[in-house]
Amino acid sequence: MFEIHCPYCNEKRPEIEFAYAGEAHYVRPTAKEQSEMSDEDWSRYMFIRDNKRGEHAERWWHNAGCNMFFNAIRNTVTDKFVMTYKMGLPPRTDKQIDAARRTDAKEKASS
Amino acid sequence: MKYSAISLFANALSGHKKWPVQFPDKEPKKEYDAIIVGGGGHGLGAAYYLAKRYGITNVAVLEKGWIGGGNTGRNTTIIRSNYLFDESAAMYDHAVDLWDGLGQELNYNLMFSKRGVLMLAHNVHDVQSFQRHVHANRLNGVDNKWLSPEECKAFCPPLDISPHRRYPVMGGALQMRAGTARHDSVAWGYARAASKLGVDIIQNCKVIGIRRDADGAVEGVETEKGYIASKKIGVSAAGNTSVVMEMAGLRFPLESYPLQALVSEPVKPIMPCVVMSNAVHAYISQSDKGELVIGAGTDQYTSYSQRGPLHLQEHNVAAICEIFPIFKRQRMLRSWGGIVDVTPDRSPIVGKTPVKGLYVNCGWGTGGFKATPGAADMLAYTVAHDAPHKINAPFNLDRFVGGRLIDEAAAAAVAH
Amino acid sequence: MSAFRKTGRGRVDASKVINFTFDGKSYQGVQGDTVASALLANGNHLMGRSFKYHRPRGVLGAGWEEPNALIAVDRGKGRVTPNVRATTQEIYEGLKAESQNRSPNLKFDMGAFNNAFSMFFPAGFYNKTFMWPKSFWDKVYEPFIRNMAGLGPAPDADDPDVYASVYGHCETLIIGAGPAGIAAALAAAKNGERIILVDENAQMGGSLLSTPSIEIDGKPAGKWLETSLKALAKAENVTLMTRTTATGYYHDNFVALAERITHHVPNAEIGKVREALHRIRAGKVILAQGGIERPLVFNGNDRPGVMLASAAQTYLGEYGVAVGNEVAVFTSHDSAYQAAFDVADANTRIAAIIDVRGTIRDDLIMGATERGIKVIKSAAITKTFGKLRVKACEVYEPESGNKTKLNCDAILMSGGWTPSLHLWSHSKGGIKWDADLAAYIPDAPNENAVCIGACNGDFGIAAALSAGHKAGGGRKTYKTNETDFGTGLVLSSLPSYLDSSKQKAFVDFQNDVTEKDIKLAVSEGFKSIEHVKRYTTNGMATDQGKTSNLNALEIASKAVGKPIEKVGLTTFRPPYTPTTFGTFTGYRDNELFDPTRKTPIDPWAEANGAAFEPVGHWRRAWYFPKEGEDMHAAVARECKATRDSLGIFDASTLGKIEVVGPDAAKFMNLMYTNPWSKLPVLGCRYGLMCREDGYIYDDGVVGRMAEDRFHVTTTTGGAPRVYRHMEDYLQTEFPELDVWLTSTTEQWAVIAINGPNARKLIEPFVEGIDLSADSFPHMTLREGKICGVPTRLFRVSFTGELGFEINVPAHYGRMVWETLFEEGQKYDICPYGTETMHVLRAEKGFIIVGQDTDGTVTAHDAGMSWAVSKKKRDFVGKRSLARPDLVAEGRKQLIGLLTEDSKEVLEEGAQIVEDPNQPIPMDMLGHVTSSYWSESLGRSIAMAVVRDGFNRMGETLNIPMPDKVIKAKVVKPVFYDPKGERLNVV
Repeated sequence: MFEIHCPYCNEKRPEIEFAYAGEAHYVRPTAKEQSEMSDEDWSRYMFIRDNKRGEHAERWWHNAGCNMFFNAIRNTVTDKFVMTYKMGLPPRTDKQIDAARRTDAKEKASS
Repeated sequence: MKYSAISLFANALSGHKKWPVQFPDKEPKKEYDAIIVGGGGHGLGAAYYLAKRYGITNVAVLEKGWIGGGNTGRNTTIIRSNYLFDESAAMYDHAVDLWDGLGQELNYNLMFSKRGVLMLAHNVHDVQSFQRHVHANRLNGVDNKWLSPEECKAFCPPLDISPHRRYPVMGGALQMRAGTARHDSVAWGYARAASKLGVDIIQNCKVIGIRRDADGAVEGVETEKGYIASKKIGVSAAGNTSVVMEMAGLRFPLESYPLQALVSEPVKPIMPCVVMSNAVHAYISQSDKGELVIGAGTDQYTSYSQRGPLHLQEHNVAAICEIFPIFKRQRMLRSWGGIVDVTPDRSPIVGKTPVKGLYVNCGWGTGGFKATPGAADMLAYTVAHDAPHKINAPFNLDRFVGGRLIDEAAAAAVAH
Repeated sequence: MSAFRKTGRGRVDASKVINFTFDGKSYQGVQGDTVASALLANGNHLMGRSFKYHRPRGVLGAGWEEPNALIAVDRGKGRVTPNVRATTQEIYEGLKAESQNRSPNLKFDMGAFNNAFSMFFPAGFYNKTFMWPKSFWDKVYEPFIRNMAGLGPAPDADDPDVYASVYGHCETLIIGAGPAGIAAALAAAKNGERIILVDENAQMGGSLLSTPSIEIDGKPAGKWLETSLKALAKAENVTLMTRTTATGYYHDNFVALAERITHHVPNAEIGKVREALHRIRAGKVILAQGGIERPLVFNGNDRPGVMLASAAQTYLGEYGVAVGNEVAVFTSHDSAYQAAFDVADANTRIAAIIDVRGTIRDDLIMGATERGIKVIKSAAITKTFGKLRVKACEVYEPESGNKTKLNCDAILMSGGWTPSLHLWSHSKGGIKWDADLAAYIPDAPNENAVCIGACNGDFGIAAALSAGHKAGGGRKTYKTNETDFGTGLVLSSLPSYLDSSKQKAFVDFQNDVTEKDIKLAVSEGFKSIEHVKRYTTNGMATDQGKTSNLNALEIASKAVGKPIEKVGLTTFRPPYTPTTFGTFTGYRDNELFDPTRKTPIDPWAEANGAAFEPVGHWRRAWYFPKEGEDMHAAVARECKATRDSLGIFDASTLGKIEVVGPDAAKFMNLMYTNPWSKLPVLGCRYGLMCREDGYIYDDGVVGRMAEDRFHVTTTTGGAPRVYRHMEDYLQTEFPELDVWLTSTTEQWAVIAINGPNARKLIEPFVEGIDLSADSFPHMTLREGKICGVPTRLFRVSFTGELGFEINVPAHYGRMVWETLFEEGQKYDICPYGTETMHVLRAEKGFIIVGQDTDGTVTAHDAGMSWAVSKKKRDFVGKRSLARPDLVAEGRKQLIGLLTEDSKEVLEEGAQIVEDPNQPIPMDMLGHVTSSYWSESLGRSIAMAVVRDGFNRMGETLNIPMPDKVIKAKVVKPVFYDPKGERLNVV
């Protein structure tokens, strides 16, 4: 069972307080975009997923806690969380992810 | 060398030193008529059927690890075909038809045990859903019958049908042709038979790229063992399908989830059949070694780690003990995880892709093992004909655009 | 005193005699014995039969790695535990143990027939035979194979024992209380952090328990151990747990500990906790799991009496038991010499030490000479003799070709040591091959964890102690008087003059995997170690390869012709040792497996004889049978009573969500297909919800309490997912909307009153609401009081009758229900359950989401295009409704069916066809979704989804059943009061 850092509670809580909510940063097309987009594009929005092997931007819901949805970068091969961040923030850049990875390693080394 | 009691006897006399290699480890040739990516039961089976049924013998199977090391060797070995929708019933029943007699065909005993699969209903909704299955299966020619709680108990004596359980048994749907098979043997049997027909089985050969020509059609694969040319590539890579497809620039409607399973220590025979329960999300059978083999639904998050959390193991065991309190004193011996690729409608994708010469067999979710021969045959057919067979035609990619989903999940909940 | 008990040796209390039975025969042991040590003290080595060949077996080890000596411990009905290691089962007064996998008895086992023909059963033999004739598989071969399966007895009754589970937290978790673990705890205890030290055995101490001659810093090991444990026990920040196995190491330093509480207790009471699962989240994990000695793989190495050298050392040092009178020692590692010396020092004759190696350390030779022990260098045992116990062995010296028969009643073997990397490996810590040790050792950690002592490849007590202290944050270096632990030679095959096919050299003892099986696997092309394992079943027995994996790897690596690290290592997975299902289940047994949600009115229903049905996590009153009534009769009566006069129904399970905020209507417009902006305050509307795929997801009546407040209801089972769906969109797609969502399902009890007398019934109890039809029309709601408590009163109807849904705060639910029920006697009020509710709604053609729809049905398919706004620019699911297959011809549509024979009630789920005489597989048009006997109409009714159903009105379709074909006419799915006049009864 993971420990997940909720960016709203700002603390690590056990996995059973959370629900996985799928890949992050899928923006729902506006009404106008929807009316203009092809069936193929619409199906891509609904169904196509990165399903990445490695660091994956995804959403979690702290449903047995503060009830907030938030984003996370988790490595799907090691299941390690690199970072979590609030909903609405833009996708993390490689630089930000790298920095988070290093902070994490530093914390581990000092503990 | 043909396997039989006689050859076993003869080899015993010579100290078992003369058994030939079952599937020679080959170095890749420069070019093949067809390449299958993924050396699980599905991929090896596809290579076998390409050679056996569709006359393409210059075939290579590329496996990144060792054959049968993915979901083929990590599942709970259940075989059944009592699916609801016509498309699914046709696909799975094709598989069950092939299962029957496959051991003889491959000259490799797969220990296909038709012990019956009993799916328990624990509420009125289950009853309605299973009866719908029973009726549809009857008209599709798929055996499946409804049992009362007492009949369930008679068929599976260790079952607790007390009305006081948290999830009392309200009946069950029983498919008699269904059962289990020895999972590893399926991979090995296909590999041996395919090798004999000229198929090259190449292990420890990870595909790292797919090369396409100016028109976009595939012309070969880059691998850890170098470039291998082929105008036809069939991908049968289960949980890693998204990764392989990405190499051809394709993104798929797939997500890969861990699926946990476990076995108990072996005990003397007690479970005569396979029992599944959607309400508690668990299924159980007893292996021919005496181990209770237990599986459940997928984990909640996507992962390639093949590692499961404790709370899920607790839940899975508690679920089995809820319908079989008699097993509470048994002990978990071993647990493991597989990676299953799941589509939005929980039905597979078997057919052509937007890239010419690239074919796919994926998205089997938790139901892949039972489909092995059927899926393999359909992939082989599609690769050979550059067109799907009518059985796999509905399982195309386009259904996610048009909306013609084959949504077994909606009607049958989670467990396979 | 038993023949083999050595006075003055061991830590057992020889003054406390304990009686137990093995296979019905009485034995005596002493306090502190295991079943194995007690049987050995009685000179009994034969304890089990192997899995495949049913070969007689004694103990191989003295602990948790034991593959051979498995017993069933019988504590009475439902309390037989199979496959217990005799080496770890402490004896208690009256213990009843049975051997396993033998018939009729352990000494004479019919199954040993397999052994006689073992040459025909090499690895993977079953793949090669039993195929002809085909029909024999199902009827002859498979039943035969299945019959041979299994080891221990299958259960015959439910386990009456109780299991528990708890969470725990600590800064440092130390696994293994041998010298390394204890030293780590001593050091770590000083900094005041919470420490948990666990050990799987009854006593802490590990190797110190069996090495009494060792001195630590000048103190006898026993004394050091006692002092250390006393200090730890006294420290408030240290928790010591014995008989507790760390079974699994999960993500983020989460470790499962399985504690065995009553396994060693005589007359363990039913109702007391038998085992407990401790789920520990640790800041740091120190793994001090030690190492396991490897057997040597030689012909006849499985004969009872052949065991690991360290096991003999343990039996002597810990239990005071000699494993024989005349013992041969066969080794390729220095450490076996100390074992031999210990045994010799306890006055057991050592027949010889047979060492595979040609060069042996001087001090070892000197130690042997001092004790008069003969050392035969560059030699191997090539045969053993004896049926149920070894009585001699043949020593072969390849250089001279000499073969000598040596009498012995036990053989101690040592093939070196394997560090225990099980938990380290669970944690995904890296491992690397150490060629000097000929073992895998830990590499980079994946968690905040460290391996110390033997499991880190640091063998010897002093090394373990010092490494432990360091891991605990200390700096102490320990000194002992032990002889250098030494090194060894790992050989993939031992010298022999015998043809390999003539040998039975066991690698995996329980599964009967021999050296030649592994070679056979490799020669047949199984070259990955995972393949070898699966083909031969090596390492898949109940000991999970603890003594066999490395030997198999050595043999396979040699056969493949690749270095070991290229052949791979099989993955370790939880659990470390087999763990009881009950331990995983814990308290989640029966009613605690899943919570059963009950409404405030549920106790009334129970008291009034309701039959219940589970719906999601809820239990709901299904029907209220009167004396002698079956469901059919009860439902017919309930339906009639409701339509004729008055019915009362508990609708509290309906999901309820309060949608509040300035943008509430905007949000509702996005979440539901219907339009909400113009719904007036205190108006109600049936709402239909989709996901983006456009299929019906949920439905329910929504009331607008105020401009900015909606009282949303959902289906009973759908409430959690609808709430999540709404929260998800609100937080992630429409965060600009100022809306709050609150789940209020449990806040309100809901009482549905239906029937012509509904208004009359409630009128006397309602305050502040004008109930007259004009001022309180259908599909509106009012706030006021009923029975003196606040209510949200909805005038809605799911039955077609005049209806009210009375929402009151949950705690008043039962009071209001009982008050109305009492008053309702005037009108012959009838409580009804979900079944009647289903019939009444079906008579009106109202759908049940999940029954009449199945996730592939659109609003249009369900005949509810009216519920989908054409004007809204956007709502979840809108775009998908325009997808080609959702607007295509030939979709399945919801219609009504009336059977030709009005008494015939169709089966729900029955399939519908045009031509019942067509061949199988038939072309099925659809299926019956709902079907009931309608008492009000005096006939059966049904709803169905049928291909192109809307265009088939009036057609007759066929429903083929196993014994007949039923004909039914397609009609509109409204069977009762199609104009809705009954709603308006005054």
